[in-house]
Amino acid sequence: MATTALFFLFAGLAIACAISTVYHKNPLYSAVSLIGVFVSLSCIYITLAAPFIAAVQVLVYAGAIMVLVVFVIMLLNLDDDKPLQRLNYLYAVGAGLGLILLVQTFFIFYAVVKAPNKPQEESGVGKTLSIGSAMYTEYLLPVEIVGVLLLMAIIGGVILARRLSQPELELVVDNELEKRHENDQDDFRIAM
Amino acid sequence: MEPSLGSYLALSGILFTIGAVGVIYKRNAIGMFMCIELMLNAVNLTFVAFSRYYGDVTGQLFVFMVMSVAAAEAAVGLGIIIAFFRNRVSVDVDDASILKN
Repeated sequence: MATTALFFLFAGLAIACAISTVYHKNPLYSAVSLIGVFVSLSCIYITLAAPFIAAVQVLVYAGAIMVLVVFVIMLLNLDDDKPLQRLNYLYAVGAGLGLILLVQTFFIFYAVVKAPNKPQEESGVGKTLSIGSAMYTEYLLPVEIVGVLLLMAIIGGVILARRLSQPELELVVDNELEKRHENDQDDFRIAM
Repeated sequence: MEPSLGSYLALSGILFTIGAVGVIYKRNAIGMFMCIELMLNAVNLTFVAFSRYYGDVTGQLFVFMVMSVAAAEAAVGLGIIIAFFRNRVSVDVDDASILKN
């Protein structure tokens, strides 16, 4: 009974925070609402008897990823999201597409109704021990692949965010100037 | 008494739809990025719910993998956003139209 009450409390909180994430124009408000979604999902994982995933959710999502996002928002000093000036009808199209997606999702869940509707008895699934032993025996290869992926992401992030060296910067500026010059000549021809 | 599997899946579907609509509505790249994170979390919820109802640890393991991929995506995605901001002094996706002509 208590689990059901907690589930509905945190489910409502998660949906409210998710709507607030989409609704707010200021990216910082969106980020704070998203942290609310992550924390309420973490509480829902606890009602699903998955304490390890709940802890990792708070550490990785609410901790690491959102700190990175908030850091970038602050670094770039972003102002409010500009509303769509032209093509206003696209908002209605987006709402329609969302509705279709929702109906499709529920149809899929209706199709997998054969799934068991009673949770398994306490069997240690979700404890750190069971996850750790499965991770380093049966699923060792995926873990290694994820490790390589993280290494690639580190290298990619450094290369993308680095400042260009002086010769490279001059090359970029030269290309830009050349392109503007061509554009000017085109405009001149059109004017003639 | 515990909530049924269907209620967890319904919550996941609603969160996924909100995230997808957000990706359509948001105009700046960071907002879109956050909505993608929301969709990833909705999928994680289905993994954990099925793991609980089947008594199988695989679902939770793959949640762990999804989180690692999300962290990698955050690093690379925010690097791209910073590089884009450096060139265009904006993170509005409408300004990323250099390939259009």
